Amino acid sequence: MYALTLRTRRSVGRWSNMTGGLILLAVLLFPVYWMVNLSLSPGGSTLTSELFPADPSLQGYKTAIADQGGNLVTSLLVALGSVALSLAVATPAAYAIAQFRLKGARILLLAVVVGQMIPGIVLANALYDAFNKLGLLNSILGLILANATAGVPFAVLIISAFMQAVPPGIIEAARVDGAGHVRAFLSVVLPVSTNALVTAGIFSFLFAWSDFLFALTLTTTERVRPITLGIYQYIGTQVTNWNSVMATAVLASIPAVILLVSAQKFIAAGATGGAIK
Amino acid sequence: MSAVATPVETKPVHRPESRRVNHRRRDQIIKWMFMAPAILYVALFFGYPIVQNFLMSFQSYTAETFFTDEAPFIGFDNYVHAFNNPIFGQAMLNTGLFTAGSIAGQFVIGMAIALFFRRRFPLNGLLRSMLLLPWLIPLIVSSAVWQAMLQQEGGIINQFLGIFSIPAVPWLSSPDVALTAVILVNIWIGIPFNVAILYSGLQGIPDELYEAGELDGATGWRSFRYITWPLLRPVVSVVLLLGVVYTLKLLDVILGLTNGGPANSTQTLSTLSYQVSFVEFDFGQGAAFANILIAISLVFAAIYLYTNRRSAQ
Repeated sequence: MYALTLRTRRSVGRWSNMTGGLILLAVLLFPVYWMVNLSLSPGGSTLTSELFPADPSLQGYKTAIADQGGNLVTSLLVALGSVALSLAVATPAAYAIAQFRLKGARILLLAVVVGQMIPGIVLANALYDAFNKLGLLNSILGLILANATAGVPFAVLIISAFMQAVPPGIIEAARVDGAGHVRAFLSVVLPVSTNALVTAGIFSFLFAWSDFLFALTLTTTERVRPITLGIYQYIGTQVTNWNSVMATAVLASIPAVILLVSAQKFIAAGATGGAIK
Repeated sequence: MSAVATPVETKPVHRPESRRVNHRRRDQIIKWMFMAPAILYVALFFGYPIVQNFLMSFQSYTAETFFTDEAPFIGFDNYVHAFNNPIFGQAMLNTGLFTAGSIAGQFVIGMAIALFFRRRFPLNGLLRSMLLLPWLIPLIVSSAVWQAMLQQEGGIINQFLGIFSIPAVPWLSSPDVALTAVILVNIWIGIPFNVAILYSGLQGIPDELYEAGELDGATGWRSFRYITWPLLRPVVSVVLLLGVVYTLKLLDVILGLTNGGPANSTQTLSTLSYQVSFVEFDFGQGAAFANILIAISLVFAAIYLYTNRRSAQ
């Protein structure tokens, strides 16, 4: 009898906690819902107060794609390029930090930890001048190089932390079999580290996709314009058309949603891995 | 017989001394080559900007410089101008309020939610990961959405407050409330990060401790005070210090919501540095502001590295 009541009480607790969790999530994600709701409202300068898009209009999306479609492609290219550069630079270094006893390794690790904390405006201030001389302003390559300032340190930290857990034995085994450092790295270490590489890649992508500061400071024309800057300029000029502004915001959020749904495990690993070693 | 493995003594192979030295050196070079791309990248994209920013802050570096390629050294003039900039005092104060307000709000709410998710209930994991969404979408997107929500006329927040007969608040257009509005939005943005880290910290506290505590009468607040808090302290300091460093350099949210206005009421060191450099094209003075920002960030970065190291030991 007693056990039964305890069990029912527990299960009531479970369900009421779940209800609490759902309400909490609804409150915290309300702005995201509201963005979608506004994006489906008919155009015009007045903001809708309809709680549901009873009569959804796709006009906002049509305008958004016509105005900002090219910017979405720019952002995608910049983000993919930044992932490639970040992983290519960070992965071998992470391996060296994790497995070689080199004096420079500790210094490099400290440098990326501190680098992560340097305000972006400091980098932008100096890069603007350098990129101006090198002809890298208003270029995809320039933005890729600048955005890797977020991806490289994060990838070094995540991947080196992971590679520290790779048993040196399996690397030594490969070395005894005659593999050089490069072979051992490519054919033994990389295959067992894919989880860390995927996590680092996902976050490098999101960092570059979300970048606003470098887009704002290192582009001056409309030729190369990431979507974040497109939204910023929309807010400045287009507040008469909230539906297209919000439709662009929805489109710019799609990568985050896709990655959160399809790569939950990696997102969770990256969320905590960057801060605590 | 001892089960401890000892390195097998190998017979020394007779090899010319120079070959062995060569081999070792080659080995060292290959090892360094693994780090070379990262060292080069860090030097070019972190080292160079920091040095360049430092130099620029002592130069007259303006729009003219880009045509004449001349940036004469002017000593501490940029810093003098920066300190005498009528907005400097306000920007410092705003930076302090923005950082302290954001961190306090994110942390308290984040901690409450993290504790809530320690309970076992259906969908716990799914809800927790969906909570990360505001953290993953671009900051400028969040700014745009909140700008729509905070509009004085027709914004959903004021409409909601109107139900309780609260008159429409000019959230982003009045110098009196704009900073509060920006802080509230930034709290919303920072909650997921705080929840994620604090929750993973809470997971590290063994259940047995709570069970033992319960027997001694430590439940509810007392179990938080005497079990959770002391054990979570290292994680808490990481969250707070990283939060400060990240908030100090934040620019997107403020530019997206208010552009530093109205009447500079939301101008921080970051936005001021941006504005002086990229709107007024006075890169020298902008660099001076940026250096003040670096100095403040480095203080917190140093505390972070120190605590992180101590807790790792």
